[in-house]
Amino acid sequence: MAEPPCIEIRDLRLAYGPKEVLRGISLDVLPNEIFGVIGPAQSGKTSLLRCLNRTIDFVPTARVQGTIRVDGDEVRRTKDVFALRRKIGMVAPLPVGLPLSIYDNVAFAPRCAGLTRKADLEAMVEQCLRQAALWEEVKDRLDSLGTRLSGGQQQRLTIARALSHQPEILCLDEFSIAIDPVTTMRIEEVLKELRAHMTIILVTNLTQQARRLADRTLFLWNGEIVELDRTDVIFSEQPANRKTYEYVNGIFG
Amino acid sequence: MNSGAMPQEPAEGWAVRRARRGLWALAGERLLEGLIYLCGISAIVFVLGIFFFVFREAFPVLGKENFSLTQFLFSEQWYPTSATNKRYGVLAMIAGTLSVTALAMVLAVPFGLGAAIYISEFCGSRVKETLKIVIELLAAIPSVVWGFVGLTVMSRLIVQYTGAPVGVNILNGGIILALMSVPIIVSIGEDALKAVPDQYREAGIALGATRWQLVWRVLLPAAKTGLLAAVLLGVGRAVGETMAVLMATGHAVHIPHSLLDSVRTLTANIAAELGEAPEGSDHYRVLFLTGVLLFTLTFIVNLTADFIVRGIRKK
Amino acid sequence: MSSSSSQRFTATPLSRRKARQEALARWIFCGMAVAMIVPLLLIVGYLFERAWPSLSLSFLLEVPARGMTEGGIWPALVGTIYLVFLSLAVSAPIGILAAVYLNEYAGDHWFNRLINLAVINLAGVPSIVHALFGLGAFVYAARFGYSIVSASLTLAIMTLPVIIASTREALASVPRSFREACWNVGATRWQTIRAVVLPNSISGILTGVILQVSRAAGETAPIMFTGAVFYKVVQKGDFFAYGLHQQCMALSMHLYTLSTQVPGVKESIPFATAVVLLGAVLLVNATAIALRVYLRARKRW
Repeated sequence: MAEPPCIEIRDLRLAYGPKEVLRGISLDVLPNEIFGVIGPAQSGKTSLLRCLNRTIDFVPTARVQGTIRVDGDEVRRTKDVFALRRKIGMVAPLPVGLPLSIYDNVAFAPRCAGLTRKADLEAMVEQCLRQAALWEEVKDRLDSLGTRLSGGQQQRLTIARALSHQPEILCLDEFSIAIDPVTTMRIEEVLKELRAHMTIILVTNLTQQARRLADRTLFLWNGEIVELDRTDVIFSEQPANRKTYEYVNGIFG
Repeated sequence: MNSGAMPQEPAEGWAVRRARRGLWALAGERLLEGLIYLCGISAIVFVLGIFFFVFREAFPVLGKENFSLTQFLFSEQWYPTSATNKRYGVLAMIAGTLSVTALAMVLAVPFGLGAAIYISEFCGSRVKETLKIVIELLAAIPSVVWGFVGLTVMSRLIVQYTGAPVGVNILNGGIILALMSVPIIVSIGEDALKAVPDQYREAGIALGATRWQLVWRVLLPAAKTGLLAAVLLGVGRAVGETMAVLMATGHAVHIPHSLLDSVRTLTANIAAELGEAPEGSDHYRVLFLTGVLLFTLTFIVNLTADFIVRGIRKK
Repeated sequence: MSSSSSQRFTATPLSRRKARQEALARWIFCGMAVAMIVPLLLIVGYLFERAWPSLSLSFLLEVPARGMTEGGIWPALVGTIYLVFLSLAVSAPIGILAAVYLNEYAGDHWFNRLINLAVINLAGVPSIVHALFGLGAFVYAARFGYSIVSASLTLAIMTLPVIIASTREALASVPRSFREACWNVGATRWQTIRAVVLPNSISGILTGVILQVSRAAGETAPIMFTGAVFYKVVQKGDFFAYGLHQQCMALSMHLYTLSTQVPGVKESIPFATAVVLLGAVLLVNATAIALRVYLRARKRW
């Protein structure tokens, strides 16, 4: 374990007004691992991700304490929050195709970053759509609206968009909620390939998905870490915490 | 299916990570956001500006020994151009504004709320769309056209049916103002009814209430603050209206005794006399003081209505 | 059991009374709604009928003649166009940017609540007070004198709340998830607004601008003491009749003048003026409504 952690979180606390959502989270995410996060609804999974790329700033009542470091860079004091967000790809639960053309959907982030050369952009768009396993389906209609795609296609478009700014970390927040099992499996294949290039944080409510993909898994409950260990330990007959066993086996939650 | 061609990181680094936004783009964005902020606060600047400039023109008269604020508010003697005995009392105008507004509300509130209830609860969606468009068009008619209607059509009708000597009077102005303030009452009232949760309606219907019972016993009590706000905004519109009352209420400066008396409102008084008052004269400044009075009045009415509406939204 | 179930849905005296009550209420409310529409139609019809003898293309293009007792309304028409577009040029950019600030940048902060209150109040200030303000601020303090500039600026401030309100509504109709998706990929607020929010609300904003035109065209009181005059000599059909520092005639003012200040006007002329003004305003509004309906039908998500 000589490698420095890619994300370092120390005693992270988050409250929306009087309501505490995260109560002292500390963890490390290692480079190029798939880091699974499981837990019931309202356990703070999405909030954790929003702290990571600071979109939590847009929630007026949110109060954050503690430190988060991405590549050693303190997130809450970073000079360039936009560069930070480009370092982290984020895929939301419900697919959001922006009301732009498919091409512009993917080229949006590079353009915002300042990439303007047409050749660069075109290569980039093709590469990202290929990575998200969408290229073959849309290569002939890059001009049509992203919002006109089917749900599963839109979700892959969202992933392509998240890849388009070439992030070091890819966060997926329950990406399979709105799509069918076949598409889910295809995206899971994609993730397995992507992990060679980036760290992946996979928040999921399907415990089996975490079991299939994750190297390590975090069980979050009510804003606290119940257990964080190698995935095979979490899903074994004897995880360190009884609650973990009950949750992954569907006894509670 | 996947190309599988995952490109390795190029030696010189990823294109996006190397990309930087141009200095001009960054500076332009800063500038634009500054501009947006300036425009954002402009509304405050304008409201303060209105108060400041109107008050500034009115202020010098407050110190004059032949002017007193109590006389201004509580005397009905308005002789601004008299050579020897100038009097600046606007009580008659206040009475005029109140009487016309009151009549307008008596007419507009039942019809406005009734129409709001019909639109919100009784009619089908097609009729609803049509009615809403008609109301929007009704709201768009310029006040000078309303005034013209009062002066020509309405005054003739009033003379014909009531036998009044002149047709431009409280009744005329009240009807015209009612027609003008109905649209705002309808649209705000409909919003208020829409804000009542559908569960209330469903619960009422499940208990076997007719639609009328539902409206009377459930919706009106639930929406009453919103409907009050609708009425208040209607009042605000009626008090502030100028051209229509200028043309439709006649020009008699006295406290009215019947619906068929001519009156002059605060707004009409300013409009009628500002052109003749020399700049800087007491008369001119008193007219601006009337403006301050109107500003304050509508300020209070609108603020109250806004607080009521906001209170509903919080719930 | 069967006898009671067969009776369950027959009319009882109570249910009949309820049905009668219901029908009555329905008709009363319907009557109230109709009572708003019928006067509108009657008035428009009456105005039109009385105006008929004077309505013609030449009425629009002629200048007033014989002490305004005959002739057309060309100078007033041109004046109104000047006033409307100049005021639009000032208030549309300010109003749109103000709405962008209020909807996209402003958080829930006491200062921003203050701005909201200011907008609401600006909308409620009586038009004659706007006139006083214009007179005090633009005509005297800023030394623009009685001019098109003063009148347009007064109109601009008066119609500002219209554009702010409709632009905000248009901006708010763009789902928040689009904005979040943009923020997630590192777009700044302005980049988000530029790429996603504005393109998808531009039609609503346009509707607001159109409504503002109709509002500005119909106002009389604010221009009465800041830049509109009873009469000005203008050549027939001359579109560039006024300089910005001159006073001008305006349609709404012209109607007021004709109907109250000028004796012996040919009877149909004020009616025709009213019809032209009303027609213009309603036409503009109808355009806005049609645009809205059309755009609602082809939403992009």
